[in-house]
Amino acid sequence: MPGPITTAALVGLVAVVLTYVVTRIRSGRRRATDRTVTVIVALAFLLALLPLTSLLWTVLSRGTGRLDLDFFALTMRNIVGEGGGARHAILGTLIVTGLASLISVPVGLLTSIYLVEYGRGRLARAVTFLVDVMTGIPSIVAGLFAYAFFVIFFGPGIRFGLGGAVALSVLMTPVVVRASEEMLKLVPAELREASYALGVPKWRTILKVVLPVAAAGIATGTTLAIARVIGETAPLLLIAGYASSLNLDPLEGRMATLPVYAFYSFTQPGVPPQAGIDRAWTAALVLILIVLLLNLAARLISRMFAPKGMR
Amino acid sequence: MTTPAKVRLGDRVFAGLSTGSGVLILLVLAGVALFLVVESLPVLTADPSELPGERTFWSYLGPLVFGTLVAALLALLFAVPLSIGIALFISHYAPRRLARSLGYVIDLLAAIPSVIYGLWGALVLAPYLVPTYRWLAENAGWIPLFAGPASSTGRTILTAGLVLSVMILPIMSAINREVFLQTPKLHEEASLALGATRWEMIRMTVLPYGRSGIVSGAMLGLGRALGETIAVLLVLSASGAVTVNLISQSNPSTIPANIAAQFPEATGITVNLLIASGLVLFVITFAVNFAARAILARRSEFDGAAG
Repeated sequence: MPGPITTAALVGLVAVVLTYVVTRIRSGRRRATDRTVTVIVALAFLLALLPLTSLLWTVLSRGTGRLDLDFFALTMRNIVGEGGGARHAILGTLIVTGLASLISVPVGLLTSIYLVEYGRGRLARAVTFLVDVMTGIPSIVAGLFAYAFFVIFFGPGIRFGLGGAVALSVLMTPVVVRASEEMLKLVPAELREASYALGVPKWRTILKVVLPVAAAGIATGTTLAIARVIGETAPLLLIAGYASSLNLDPLEGRMATLPVYAFYSFTQPGVPPQAGIDRAWTAALVLILIVLLLNLAARLISRMFAPKGMR
Repeated sequence: MTTPAKVRLGDRVFAGLSTGSGVLILLVLAGVALFLVVESLPVLTADPSELPGERTFWSYLGPLVFGTLVAALLALLFAVPLSIGIALFISHYAPRRLARSLGYVIDLLAAIPSVIYGLWGALVLAPYLVPTYRWLAENAGWIPLFAGPASSTGRTILTAGLVLSVMILPIMSAINREVFLQTPKLHEEASLALGATRWEMIRMTVLPYGRSGIVSGAMLGLGRALGETIAVLLVLSASGAVTVNLISQSNPSTIPANIAAQFPEATGITVNLLIASGLVLFVITFAVNFAARAILARRSEFDGAAG
């Protein structure tokens, strides 16, 4: 019995063939090819929407089951089967991501200022290029780096929240640099020149003229960067580890985070397993909601605080 | 002119801070390589008898590299044509007003965390594909790729490749869209004026102009697919076998999935072994990303020269 996807694929194939045959008879080969390609291109787009809708639908329908107060109020301390929650993991995610932002935003912002306002010559070109390359570092390698770095100071088997924040900031900084760089480049040179002409030194020009103009865009970019790393699992699995009870100290001991929580709820669901899998889906739902809210916030910031006449 | 020294101090501090941040980024990148090398050294110098399974590092690494490449190449196989189609749809076919929102929808795929792709792949997509794999094993079993026996869970390397292809679609279609939109309007209009249909115009102006962009977009996607960890780990039921059979129970693992699976419980030299495999992954993805970015950078320089 064919499922919905097989049926959709067959319908698509029939549509392509029919389009070709009908236009071929009525208007000739060239027009037939043109029409057929139009259908294929539209189908390619629709095909990409299939996994997206299936995924969102699954997370929504299976995740709402455990979306109750307990999920936000309880931890997994002394819980084997049903019940329990993700309070420790949600707080852990906020702490780790917050620390990662505290590291990445100043470094990223200053780097973008260097690239746009100061950078000339080979160093600037090397930084620009390597920031691009850095955006492609696999997240697990960032986790291994954080471990390999901290193991030197704290010895084998080190797991702690700050390590997770360092790993995430390796992934986040290049994104912040790219986003703020684009925004700083959009600031009209006339504004800087007007400021210099009034005798304002360069650093005050940057602080008082350039940054305020670009602020909305930078805030948007930073929010999107946070949204990007908040769902990272692999590096946190390695260096922050997982704990079933609440730990609010990023300097000491394993710290649970929401993606890692979802991961372990699925791979080690406990007895009976269904309760764990339900928790995994709810964690996934909460994670998607956080990411979507951050994306929405980013769009709102850029719309509400955009300087007049810039957009 | 009473405070020139002060002014210069502020400028110097600010310039120093921002230049320092730029240098810091270079140092971090160098540090990633350095610390991974330091922690990998014990493995490279160790006697095979000290390593788990009494195998040399390279014989441990071989099957993992194989699995990583197979999964990533499968992902590219599906994602390249699809991303070109999506990009063309958004840049040249969709109504201008809709195009932007459609782009956002595709970007939404990039916003979804990989652990959720993993859950979806393992619990929704894999079971769904089981009948298809059974059919393939029965009717196309003479092709070594589909030799079977078909996996009863559907958690095969082919499923992993499919999930990866969905995950790398957004970045590839975004870059393709970008380069397609850069095609000089004059070329397009000239082609249409000579009587070309829309497809002939795309084939003769848009695609040749965007070729290097498509290549580098595919390489960026390849880099993502090579390094993707959690989704592969959750979807793939790996046994470490080296086989071209894409739909059976025994599948090769990938470097990142293997690290994530072993690392939480690893101790002693095993940790160094995993870090060494991570170093290899880093070198491979760095080379792929470096090449992709170099093509893109040369392309934009060329555009600048052409005006």
